[in-house]
Amino acid sequence: MLLNEIKYLIEKEIKLELKQKYVLNGILLYLISTIFVTYLAFDRIIDVETWNSLFWIILLFVAVNGISKSFVQESPARHLYYYTIASPQAILLSKVLYNLLLMAILSSLSFILFLTLMGNAVVNVPLFLIALSLGSFGLASILTMMAAIASRASNNFSLMAILSFPIVLPLLTTLMKVSRTALVSDDWSGNWSFIIILLTINVTVIILAYLLFPYLWRD
Amino acid sequence: MSNFLMRNWWKLLSGVLLLYAVIAGFTADIPLKPITEQTMRNLFYHVGMWFGMMAMLVTGFVYSLRYLTKFDQKEDVVAVEAVNVGLLFGFLGIFTGMIWATFTWGTPWVKDPKLNGAAVGLIIYLAYVVLRGSIEDVHKKAKVSAVFNIFAFVLWIVFVIILPRLAGDSLHPATGKNEIAVLPMHLDPSMRVVFYPAMIGWILLGFWIMTIRVRIRRIKLHLENQ
Repeated sequence: MLLNEIKYLIEKEIKLELKQKYVLNGILLYLISTIFVTYLAFDRIIDVETWNSLFWIILLFVAVNGISKSFVQESPARHLYYYTIASPQAILLSKVLYNLLLMAILSSLSFILFLTLMGNAVVNVPLFLIALSLGSFGLASILTMMAAIASRASNNFSLMAILSFPIVLPLLTTLMKVSRTALVSDDWSGNWSFIIILLTINVTVIILAYLLFPYLWRD
Repeated sequence: MSNFLMRNWWKLLSGVLLLYAVIAGFTADIPLKPITEQTMRNLFYHVGMWFGMMAMLVTGFVYSLRYLTKFDQKEDVVAVEAVNVGLLFGFLGIFTGMIWATFTWGTPWVKDPKLNGAAVGLIIYLAYVVLRGSIEDVHKKAKVSAVFNIFAFVLWIVFVIILPRLAGDSLHPATGKNEIAVLPMHLDPSMRVVFYPAMIGWILLGFWIMTIRVRIRRIKLHLENQ
């Protein structure tokens, strides 16, 4: 039942996105131009530390921009309609999964752009990809929840950033740590504990969001 | 009179303990260690700010949970005032720490996991205040901010726990190797007798300030609703 609802809701999200292509194109262009500006700003080969920090900071800003529209794109009347036909958990999970899809596109695109423009600094590619996928999932779930909170208040956009940045820090600092080791060495040994931390954060966030979202959804 | 004492004994206790902490904290003989020397006495006041802040933020978290089960305005009032007093303690903790750091580490701010954890906590709860400010409807405000508080508190605790592992060694004494400086075995006996009463005193003071602020806010709400 829940899975069925989620399936239809994700289909709806994708159809909606494809119908208004300019939103998706806008966020893709935002990503490309941000990375291009960074590329032009650093006109020499940058060190690993800078590569890593820039990559995650750009991805964070793009993610906040891309996900902040999750709950404001459709009218309140339409939300009321969804409220009557679907469970809040289905709404939340469908939004998270849809945003995960969006994050997968955004993070792989920014990875490719970084490789081509900023030089290939990655030594341990599988580890970096693990970090990237766990990071995408974490960002998608935390930011979906923050978008839901911010959508209930006025001055939506700046609020989204204010609420999200300190909240994503446990995830982001761990990600930066893992991906930095992926940039400098082929060694896996020290990283399992950090990967476990990332998994724990992701599971905690999803459980919290699953339990708390119904309170936000019911007006 | 006895009824009054029955209800308010802990306020009296807070006053006595803090008076003791100030007098004994400045006069007790403490072992002098290199670098910190006499500034070690700040332990009784600076660390007390963190104990107070933690007690307040846990209270805020609990009352946010209670609000989501009962939807009673009273719970929300306690939650928001606990956060406000927590922020007050947090800022005082940062300032006392900065003064101390200037004397011992030579600079007011260093990249240390404890400092960063505290600073992020302050940013999160300032965001909580901004969030409350940008919602008009009273019930919506209470509900949305309770959800944010629960979400943020859990992730902040996660952050505070994992930060030392990420950053390696802290400049704070005896951390990084699972030693916590304020546990009895790492604290000199002459300091223990001042430290623990002082911590209880600060936490009780926090609750005292909080209850006063809760009463003020309830009166304001009552007057607005008339």
